[in-house]
Amino acid sequence: MSAFETFLEGAVRTATPLGFAALGETVAERSGVINIGLEGAIIAGAFGGFVAAGSGSVWLGFAGSMVAGILVAALFAIFAIRIRADQIITGTAISLLCLGLTATLYQQMYGATGAALSIPTMSAMELPLLSSIPLFGRALFAQPAIAYLLYIMIPLVWWWMYRTYEGLALRATGEDPRAAVAAGIPARKFQTMSVLFGGAMGGIAGGVLVIAQAGSFAEGISAGRGFIAIAIVVLGRWHPLGVAAAALIFGAASALQYFFQALGWPVPYQLFLALPYVLTLFGLAGIAGRAVAPAGLGRWPDQV
Amino acid sequence: MGAELALLTDSLVRATPLIIAGLAVALAFRGGVFNIGAEGQLLAGAIAATAVSLAGAPVFGRAVVLIALIAASLAGALWAGIAAELRRRFHVLEIISTIMLNFIAIYFVSFLVRGPLQEPTHIYPQTESLDTVARLPVLLPETRLHFGFVLAVGLAVFLSWIFRRTAMGFRIRATGASPLVARMAGRIDVSRTSFLVFLFSGALAGIAGGIEVTGVTFALYENLSPGYGYTAIAVALIAGLNPLGVIASGIFFGVLETGAIALQREFGVPSSIASVIEAVFILAALTLTAVRGRQLLGRASAS
Repeated sequence: MSAFETFLEGAVRTATPLGFAALGETVAERSGVINIGLEGAIIAGAFGGFVAAGSGSVWLGFAGSMVAGILVAALFAIFAIRIRADQIITGTAISLLCLGLTATLYQQMYGATGAALSIPTMSAMELPLLSSIPLFGRALFAQPAIAYLLYIMIPLVWWWMYRTYEGLALRATGEDPRAAVAAGIPARKFQTMSVLFGGAMGGIAGGVLVIAQAGSFAEGISAGRGFIAIAIVVLGRWHPLGVAAAALIFGAASALQYFFQALGWPVPYQLFLALPYVLTLFGLAGIAGRAVAPAGLGRWPDQV
Repeated sequence: MGAELALLTDSLVRATPLIIAGLAVALAFRGGVFNIGAEGQLLAGAIAATAVSLAGAPVFGRAVVLIALIAASLAGALWAGIAAELRRRFHVLEIISTIMLNFIAIYFVSFLVRGPLQEPTHIYPQTESLDTVARLPVLLPETRLHFGFVLAVGLAVFLSWIFRRTAMGFRIRATGASPLVARMAGRIDVSRTSFLVFLFSGALAGIAGGIEVTGVTFALYENLSPGYGYTAIAVALIAGLNPLGVIASGIFFGVLETGAIALQREFGVPSSIASVIEAVFILAALTLTAVRGRQLLGRASAS
């Protein structure tokens, strides 16, 4: 593979977990709920996937990731939707809780040394014909099978959100929950379901990190991806296709390090590690005034 | 010198950065600024304090500690200022920008201690140790308790006075409680007020980092902060964003974390259990305030 192909492959690999998490968060935010606890869902999904994949099946692993993510999202929903506690603070607490809990459980279950326990990993699945497209064929279509699930989910979520009645009701809830309730939309139910969906997707994102990439769990393996995913939702302007593109751009920025390494440039490696976060800041500033958040995001009127 | 005294003073040492960073968060949240970036601002302060102390100790003698802490507060304000400017000019959500800046600060420290600021032998990923004249005085002989704790309490009292007795404090509280009312009824320049709140919040977090370097670690290295900036959010919320309450909740979390470390040493209980307990406390505080039918803090719109 040429350096450029390696770069593209790295871009898609980095973008996959971010794409899952950001797509789920997009649905949640379009219903008016911002879930900063996404980071918690990802690390819980990584740990749940790690435990479940220990059974020997990668698909069971992903099921474990999903369940863990949904449980975390349910906890968030109880506080942020049921008793309407502040969404930002609830999310921050949930992330803190999950980071601490997974570290504690991991040390208790597998020992404080954290010996590199490995689990069965999902290897790349080359799609015939598609993977032989020049340049980007291998990058897109020689990925672990879970990546193809994401390729299917993106247009599916777009279609559901913009072409079905439920999708319209979801977006109406996010713009103005009071008006949505007046129109007979069960707004809280929509918010709860979309938060749970976001949790499931966040969980899968964590599963991708462990099962399709690292092959083992490590404390804090989510490494802020939940927060990056939330930034990606803003960069993608709360639109499923925009979010997918933003995730890919972000993945490309992160994968630049492989490119520069291949070229042998003497640049400190910390610069590459910090680059995605710097680019996110620039990206957020760059879309100033053109990004329109759902009007009801993060708020719930006192009387409904 | 009993082990109990050591545990107590260690808890107060641990509480010191938590109180100051907790004040930073309390100030920001009161003013309607969601500064989740105390961690990065604390590291910025630690970097500045280290650099100034190392360079300035031979020149300024004992006065270098004061200069280092001023530099730390400026660095913290500068780091917060990036997010404040992004919010004011481009309406970038500060929740996201400050978290991004936290990660950038961590990698910047990593770069410095392996690059320009690494100790002369180039073996360890840390800076040279600070000269003794550049260190904060110890309060109790034979303990680690340093003058920074007094500063932390002093800052809390000062912030409490600002909130309750000054026009600036009123403007901050009004802006946080309702930006619209503050603008319409109070003729308050909301944008300017929240910008300044953001800078001063960063300055406080920066001081926390400066005090940690000059009072405890005496050098800059990776993992200098075990997440003080994140725990500070819990500290501020449990205190109901009340500066004097922050002293108590800071000490409480200091005891909790010091106890968790002792538990890990003695019995092998993972110390990460402390952050689980902190999270449970935040959720409990949220539930209590929600049941009482009021919000924990004023929400400001991004405008």
